[in-house]
Amino acid sequence: MNTKPAVESLDAFLFGRAPHPVTCGRGVEIGGGRMIPEINFTLPGIEVTRRNWDEIRRQYEEMVRGVLRHAVELEVPAVVVEFETLPPMTQTPEWGLEITRILAENCAAFSDRHGLATALRVTPNDTREFRRPPLMRRGEHWEQMVRFFDGAGRAGADLLAIESTGGKEVCDDALVNADLRRVVFALGVLGARDMGFLWEQIVRSCRNTDVVPSGDTACGFANTAMTLAWKGMIPKVFAALVRVISVPRSLVAFETGARGPSKDCAYEGPFLKAIAGVPISMEGRSSACAHSSPLGNIAQAVCDCWSNESVANVRLLSGYAPVVSMEQLAYDCRLANAALDDSPEAARSLRDWLASSDASLDPQAYVLRPDIVLEISEEILTGATTYERTIRAARAGWRILDRAHRKAALNLTPREARWLGRMESAVTELPETEAEMREAMAGEIPANAYLPEEYGLT
Amino acid sequence: MSEWTKLYDAVLNGDADTARSVTDEALAAGTDPQTLVNDYMIPAMDEVGRRFEANDFFVPELLIAARAMKGALGKIRPLLTASGVKPKGRVVLGTVKGDLHDIGKNLVAAMLEGGGFEVIDLGVDVSAEKFIEAIRDESADIVAMSALLTTTMPSMKNTIEALNEAGVRGNVKIMIGGAPITREYAEEIGADSYGDSAATAVGIARKLVAS
Repeated sequence: MNTKPAVESLDAFLFGRAPHPVTCGRGVEIGGGRMIPEINFTLPGIEVTRRNWDEIRRQYEEMVRGVLRHAVELEVPAVVVEFETLPPMTQTPEWGLEITRILAENCAAFSDRHGLATALRVTPNDTREFRRPPLMRRGEHWEQMVRFFDGAGRAGADLLAIESTGGKEVCDDALVNADLRRVVFALGVLGARDMGFLWEQIVRSCRNTDVVPSGDTACGFANTAMTLAWKGMIPKVFAALVRVISVPRSLVAFETGARGPSKDCAYEGPFLKAIAGVPISMEGRSSACAHSSPLGNIAQAVCDCWSNESVANVRLLSGYAPVVSMEQLAYDCRLANAALDDSPEAARSLRDWLASSDASLDPQAYVLRPDIVLEISEEILTGATTYERTIRAARAGWRILDRAHRKAALNLTPREARWLGRMESAVTELPETEAEMREAMAGEIPANAYLPEEYGLT
Repeated sequence: MSEWTKLYDAVLNGDADTARSVTDEALAAGTDPQTLVNDYMIPAMDEVGRRFEANDFFVPELLIAARAMKGALGKIRPLLTASGVKPKGRVVLGTVKGDLHDIGKNLVAAMLEGGGFEVIDLGVDVSAEKFIEAIRDESADIVAMSALLTTTMPSMKNTIEALNEAGVRGNVKIMIGGAPITREYAEEIGADSYGDSAATAVGIARKLVAS
């Protein structure tokens, strides 16, 4: 476990540059001095069945060729293509691996023919939650996932990632009840334990292959909170704390051998980069095609890959949506790279404009301000265990939001301010140790909500 | 609406202990259980829904209120059942086949329960066969389906077709919702209604059972 952030100063905390760059695929270097587009796409409304399989293959082929052709037209020097499988493609790994092969062959062909540096990130689903309560370490879903991990390299993946869900069965209910203590239990105890188990397997599956174990995300936790807050269902200040609380849990992947980039939807990425020094992928205004967020600009401030999250293959006025996304990403990256080419000062100015344009408008954006990320990261690292780091994250997050509110650096509506006040006691009264937290939760969480043995808790 | 306003306030403020104790007190005083539900509890939940719609309440406040109501209702329901009073309606609810997203579905369940409906929650990844079985076993009035993925939306259509084939479509009204769902899609697949948020579910369900 790190005890000091890998990023040593605010000046060194920039987009396109990470302390530990990752080289992958056909000539792609992530975090080595350029911001690189990461393009993702998905099927329109079509069932993933054997009957539709020829059409599904055709759609993926059309999408990957379209985006790579446009990358060449726009003179993009390097691109990461992400294939996030749909659940049936993980449940029948042969399906997902067949699509992986199609995408990998096309990436290789474009690299050979056009000199475009390409890498394919493959992200199978965490299907364990199909069973409730989920079996995290055994059973058919786990076995299918492992088969996918093991086959990804042979099918042509360059980066392997996942959006893992350990603890989500407890977190979902905690989110809609704005129950901070249970969120800390879900992420700091269950989630962290599952990350350790899961990432050991992913790293093992990547060993002896060229596949880079890349990263994870707290999407099922903090992005669920963000979406609920966006719809006015839960307080934004609560969602901001969930984001910060998710950091130590997501860090476990890197402590277990992941090398980055973290997943695009991991908005906790700036913390991961600051602490572990890994390159990160992020999405913001570029992913409005997939979901709204209050982080459109600030998400880009220190990213290394810039992503569109995902877009369905539907026709727009100018062309198919994945191709449109490719163009948007290409221009965003071109601007960022022009700033990097100009001077460190220019890059820092762009970074700061990206941050300041969002930071005061939403607490979830505020906690991603690069200087705030470094401040919270320092405090997280004072914890000796993932659980201790989780409660330090919660307390630092609350203190910083309260300070910003008092200084009028953050605009909060009266009801948001009311909730910020209510949460003070929740963060203060968090149990100090994992053992105390587990004891407290034993009487609060229904016995059928999760299986303790699946998290190594007996 | 004066005698037991403490019950109304307790539900509105999510004070489950008080809601239960006032209910005990009212029942001991001989108050008609139906009066407690219709004149105090449901109006309190309607006010909760109104405050939520007005951006005054968040969902946690709404859920606390729903739990307070459920606690009080737990004391009243046996009396209502014994006297032959039926709930507003029975709703069979689930996230469709292939889809695991259930936060929205769970909120709809809480809202409907708070609105006086009996909810049979089938969970996630629910097959058409399971919906049909529940309609038959539970004598449901409404089927509520949720989906979050564009690729699982077709499961709604498949389910409605299966309900038709099984001959149970005419027994129930169907309401659907979820991020990618639109009114047009609901009409296209033959659903009776569509909701764009959990907060609208009670109003929709009331209209459906009244129609």
